[in-house]
Amino acid sequence: MSDAAHPKPGHDHPDAHAGAHGTMGSYMIGFGLSVILTAIPFWLVMTGFFANPQTTAIIIMAFAVVQIVVHMIYFLHMNTRSEGGWSMMALMFTLVLVVITLSGSMWVMYHLNHNMMPTMSHDMSQMP
Amino acid sequence: MSPSPASENSGIWKLIFGRLDWSSLPLHEPIVVGTFIMVMLGGLVVVAGITKYKLWGMLWNDWFTTVDHKRIGIMYMILGLIMFVRGFADAVMMRLQQAMAFNGSEGYLNAHHYDQIFTAHGVIMIFFVAMPMITGIMNYIVPLQIGARDVSFPFLNNFSFWMTTAGAVIVMMSLFVGEFARTGWLAYPPLSGIAYSPGVGVDYYIWGLQIAGIGTLLSGVNLIATIVKMRAPGMSMMKLPVFTWTSLCANVLIVAAFPVLTAVLALLSLDRYVGTAFFTNDMGGNPMMYVNLIWIWGHPEVYILILPLFGVFSEVTATFSNKRLFGYSSMVYATIVIALLSYLVWLHHFFTMGSGASVNSFFGITTMVISIPTGAKLFNWLFTMYRGRIRFDLPMMWTVAFMLTFTVGGMTGVLLAVPPADFVLHNSLFLIAHFHNVIIGGVLFGLFAAINYWWPKAFGFTLDTKWGKRSFWLWVVGFWFAFMPLYILGLMGVTRRMRVFDDPSLQIWFQIAAFGALMIAAGIACMFVQFAVSIINREKLRDTTGDPWNGRTLEWATSSPPPDYNFAFTPVIHDGDAWADMKKRGYQRPLSGYEAIHMPSNTGTGIIIAGLSVAFSVGMIWYIWWLAGLSFVGILAVAIGHTFNYKRDFYIPQDVVERTEGERTALLAAKG
Amino acid sequence: MASASPIDPAFLDKDGNPLFHLAHEPHHPEGSSTMLGFWMYLMSDCLIFACLFATYAVLGANYAAGPGPRDLFDLPLVAVNTAMLLFSSITYGFAMLAMEKNRVAATQGWLAITGLFGLAFLSIELYEFAHLIHEGATPQRSGFLSAFFTLVGTHGLHVTFGIIWLVTLMVQVAKKGLIPANQRRLMCLSMFWHFLDVIWIGVFTFVYLMGMLR
Repeated sequence: MSDAAHPKPGHDHPDAHAGAHGTMGSYMIGFGLSVILTAIPFWLVMTGFFANPQTTAIIIMAFAVVQIVVHMIYFLHMNTRSEGGWSMMALMFTLVLVVITLSGSMWVMYHLNHNMMPTMSHDMSQMP
Repeated sequence: MSPSPASENSGIWKLIFGRLDWSSLPLHEPIVVGTFIMVMLGGLVVVAGITKYKLWGMLWNDWFTTVDHKRIGIMYMILGLIMFVRGFADAVMMRLQQAMAFNGSEGYLNAHHYDQIFTAHGVIMIFFVAMPMITGIMNYIVPLQIGARDVSFPFLNNFSFWMTTAGAVIVMMSLFVGEFARTGWLAYPPLSGIAYSPGVGVDYYIWGLQIAGIGTLLSGVNLIATIVKMRAPGMSMMKLPVFTWTSLCANVLIVAAFPVLTAVLALLSLDRYVGTAFFTNDMGGNPMMYVNLIWIWGHPEVYILILPLFGVFSEVTATFSNKRLFGYSSMVYATIVIALLSYLVWLHHFFTMGSGASVNSFFGITTMVISIPTGAKLFNWLFTMYRGRIRFDLPMMWTVAFMLTFTVGGMTGVLLAVPPADFVLHNSLFLIAHFHNVIIGGVLFGLFAAINYWWPKAFGFTLDTKWGKRSFWLWVVGFWFAFMPLYILGLMGVTRRMRVFDDPSLQIWFQIAAFGALMIAAGIACMFVQFAVSIINREKLRDTTGDPWNGRTLEWATSSPPPDYNFAFTPVIHDGDAWADMKKRGYQRPLSGYEAIHMPSNTGTGIIIAGLSVAFSVGMIWYIWWLAGLSFVGILAVAIGHTFNYKRDFYIPQDVVERTEGERTALLAAKG
Repeated sequence: MASASPIDPAFLDKDGNPLFHLAHEPHHPEGSSTMLGFWMYLMSDCLIFACLFATYAVLGANYAAGPGPRDLFDLPLVAVNTAMLLFSSITYGFAMLAMEKNRVAATQGWLAITGLFGLAFLSIELYEFAHLIHEGATPQRSGFLSAFFTLVGTHGLHVTFGIIWLVTLMVQVAKKGLIPANQRRLMCLSMFWHFLDVIWIGVFTFVYLMGMLR
């Protein structure tokens, strides 16, 4: 049945799957943005443009977040309509859990290390 | 069960057999040898019987290769019940040992053996009893409740079952070849690292769980897609049966939590196989990170276990109070809130590891908060019962027992949530009593309620009430005898997992607990007798209506057992409690207009890949690298080969549907 | 598939619609759950990577008196690698555009190019790993290196499986053309492939770039 009932190939269900389709234009925009959003962070780090590494860190993290969003929109065709909104809800839920796992682990382990493993914070290359 | 020494195998033997040699067989452990003989004899009887009655073909065609969610559900239940016997045997052995080992007596179990028993008990009960049985009822009931013909991915369903079974096989193998882990059910490093557990035990543990975990994860994906995509027309989300809602949330938790277990066990394997430094004491490893990650999985896991059973209690309470469930919306929201909050409490499992006051306070508060929606659910059940016309059939009896038992367990949980209290009680028998209180009171009593409730749907006859009640009372009274002493012992300072005791004044409590365990054993025996008696007397217990309890949800609209295709016509839904609504509106079964029905085909790929996974695991556990490599390639080849088969469906012809429905019409008419 | 006889009028509501059931089977398109199901799986994969990132975050400074990021990372090489993966993403996009126009040859061509970019990515990564190991920076050397190799290596393993899947699909498209089942599979691989690029954004930012900033 799977093949016989759909003799015409090509998409039959334009909105039934997790991506509406991209166009050449949208793929090129996504690609272009990604190139810029990749090149700048690499350049910033490789040239040491900002004297303060903290500044660089925050900027490249922001660029990463933006580029991920670019990928989601232009390559993964993420939108609130696909699968009746379930795709977006699943993504949001996953992101929340990722944030909890990352930040929770880092917070917990920082405290555990500080209380229970005091030598951890010493970089051995600094030791006499 | 003997420790596997760094293998002294010679070159060619090692190449073929890895670190497997004759000393891997536990020939000097009489208990194990005895068990092996019994299992072999029993297995031979079963195999001989199947062969004699020429049932292999039927088994393969109708059961092993089935993609029917109903049969897969039944197979999950059978797996769970078999593993339950093994897990409970471990429990009885522990109770006996602890009741005996006073006044200089070492008991009858040495440390080597005893440590494997408590590890196996926990692993088996959680992963191979509770999870399969919960998956079994969700698999059987959810498609029926939403008016669907099957789950979204029927082949994956079959595959998930066999991967779970493969994991169980791997763990059972450790009983007879080699040994199991001696680390406790969560296998904390450094004890579970290669330095302190060089033998095969932890490897059996890792591969058993990784293989089963794949099955569980895919099952989670499957049921979410099913509930989201396959609902009958008119069944909006807020008209879903409560059991389906709780199943949805539990499966979301599965998809969200099991990857963490996969990752953590993979990191532990890398430490053991490759020598990485994730959880080692030196080279920059951090064993505490394992504890952190494993409980990020572990806490959602216990909510995976309980949420579906909360759904069962909602269905049972409403049905047997002849009343609509009180507070449907708040039940749904409470379930969602519990699922979300379960991700914010995990540290309460290791308050004492040293994270300090600020971290401990945060998690202590979140742990106490999560008890609130659970309390809301309990009040909703009570309000449902209030002014209902309650029928105390067995499902309702188990539900009431749950309410009383689980509440006590929940309260001790809130007590443990207070970090300073937990500093005294962590890893004491108080903790053991608490979690058995909630797991037995909640999960197990819920499973027994579900079995008594839905057995007639699955098999067409009710379970015998007399033996059911005997099982019930022995279980409930036995539970209290078995676990209340443990609360007392815990408060007196007794630590968990102890094999021998110095203080003779404690012995009486352990003896009472052992007595309780024996009562429970009798209760389990009565349950199996209940099954046997019911099967023997099935004609007397026959239900031909398909709706013996005056049910409220769609599964009761079908015949018992339902036909392969579940519904001849896809139902249209107007209200929650869809079947009760249909009955109220004067529903009559259509007697004509049947069409051919599109169904998925059976497949052997699932059991084959699972079998290859067992071979792969054996290769990895015993360092038989050629076996591991070949099996892995085999798995890939079979999986890829399977995707080249595009023709995986067929039609049930219209006249078969007509005949099946006609038989049901006749049955209903005959009843009167 | 046609019905044998009409529905009994007693079962219709006043507008002539069936009250309790559908008269005819709704057209449940084959594979209607596939995209959502695959997305769910991808979310679970995301969580595996989250754990590996968390482990890297926690252990990433544990050099055990061994080499650290500044001693080891070759940013220009990583930049080339990143470009390979990004190009493979756009070429897969072109493959999908060709698929929607039902152009088999163009689809196959772009898929092949995607695969080549993927292989280039893997080769560069394997070269990098070999070099590190040769320098003594093995996965066993420290917690930092264990976490590094596992996080980056797991991503590479996913790319490897993606390439195997891609080759399989090329064979299947060659055999059966762009039938709906193959199109669904190509769309799933598309999600997988772009998802791996998303993970790589996290890797090059948090592992390589941030590593050089320490």
